[in-house]
Amino acid sequence: MSNRKPNTGAFFGRDLNWHPPAFAPAYKTSVLRSPKKALLSLDNTLTEITGPVFGHSDLGELDNDLLLNYSQDGGLPVGERIIVHGRVHDERGLPVPNALIEVWQPNAGGRYRHKKETYIAPLDHNFGGCGRVLTDENGAYSFRTVKPGPYPWPNGVNDWRPSHIHFSIFGSGFAQRLISQMYFEGDPLIWRCPIVRSIPDENAVKQLIAPLDTANTIPMDSIAYKFDIVLRGRRSTLFENRLEGN
Amino acid sequence: MTQPLTYFKETPSQTAGPYVHIGLTPNFTEIKGIYDEDLGHNLVNDLTEGERLTVTGRIFDGMGVPLKDALVEIWQADSKGLYNSPSEFRGQADPNFTGWGRCPSHMESGVFTFETIKPGPVPFKDGRLMAPHIAFWIVARGINLGLHTRMYFSDEEAANGDDPVLARIEHRDRASTLIGDRKGNKVTFDIHLQGDRETVFFDL
Repeated sequence: MSNRKPNTGAFFGRDLNWHPPAFAPAYKTSVLRSPKKALLSLDNTLTEITGPVFGHSDLGELDNDLLLNYSQDGGLPVGERIIVHGRVHDERGLPVPNALIEVWQPNAGGRYRHKKETYIAPLDHNFGGCGRVLTDENGAYSFRTVKPGPYPWPNGVNDWRPSHIHFSIFGSGFAQRLISQMYFEGDPLIWRCPIVRSIPDENAVKQLIAPLDTANTIPMDSIAYKFDIVLRGRRSTLFENRLEGN
Repeated sequence: MTQPLTYFKETPSQTAGPYVHIGLTPNFTEIKGIYDEDLGHNLVNDLTEGERLTVTGRIFDGMGVPLKDALVEIWQADSKGLYNSPSEFRGQADPNFTGWGRCPSHMESGVFTFETIKPGPVPFKDGRLMAPHIAFWIVARGINLGLHTRMYFSDEEAANGDDPVLARIEHRDRASTLIGDRKGNKVTFDIHLQGDRETVFFDL
């Protein structure tokens, strides 16, 4: 017999001083899109503790290969070939297996494949800009792509986004749901960006900057960057209060 | 001195930006051929148990203008109140109902739409029943951390009155911001990011 329970504990409270505040006026769009009233605090119920699960049947073979998944004629996209890899674990350090990671990015010239995008840099007919991958039993993941270019955006008169890849992550519970962005070591635009600077703590920003990982670079082929992702941890479920009869 | 309390910090959030569709619903933004279909498009199939509903709405900014670049995800129990999740330990949920949906706001009208079913009630931590509800998560350009809220149903007045989560809303008139308006099989749930009708969002 074991007294081990399923993975059903409530999640650690979110540190809202670590995340960017909703209202960050230097990022102008946040001004009219930020709730003004206090959030209602809610210790997790079953609704937040549970979450959907994804399987390998949901994914295609090239889903984590942005170099090939939009190739039109067997050609490759233009740009610096990179491997992005890392581990998804929780605040306790436990691996998060079977986490769905979805990524999107512009091409090497900083142009997104989106019908509302108007930047003058050209599209790359061999690059779509999206990919996805499930973490393995150790929480590890990797994908191949080109390094995205920086691009200008209409916020300040002369604001430029640093090179970045958007990440969406599903852990095991709906309250863990997270979207963020990965930046690249050494990019001088990082610390000038109003979206980056919406994060108040410098150490939190550093958590989004992937170091160059020469150990995993493939000679004469691809440069590697390592990006670990931390999701909220779960409390133990052993000692929940229950009403009599439950 | 004590032992060190060594926990990691959660990866900080960043906005989903204006092109969230590329990553999460590429077919919607006409990037064809990478994924067969966009994840979260279908919650139900022909065999799903329960009362069919269409849930629709818009998300309004502080000027009352609907967002046309948002993305909404929902998560809900099946018709018996069970979640289709490995963390569900009370029983086996309907295998023909995923419980999870994802829909971008329409690029012109701002409308999101989910074809789903009415969820059953789910117990609160102390065993009392929560009224039927659907969890919502909203991301968009200008939203720095995804917003969590819930939709309850206008045809569940008694259950809503007993709901332990709705009961915690101090300013009682704000509870109405979480009630979807049901007419027939259509439920309308508009979300207001700011203003007098600002939706109650959760820190959970």
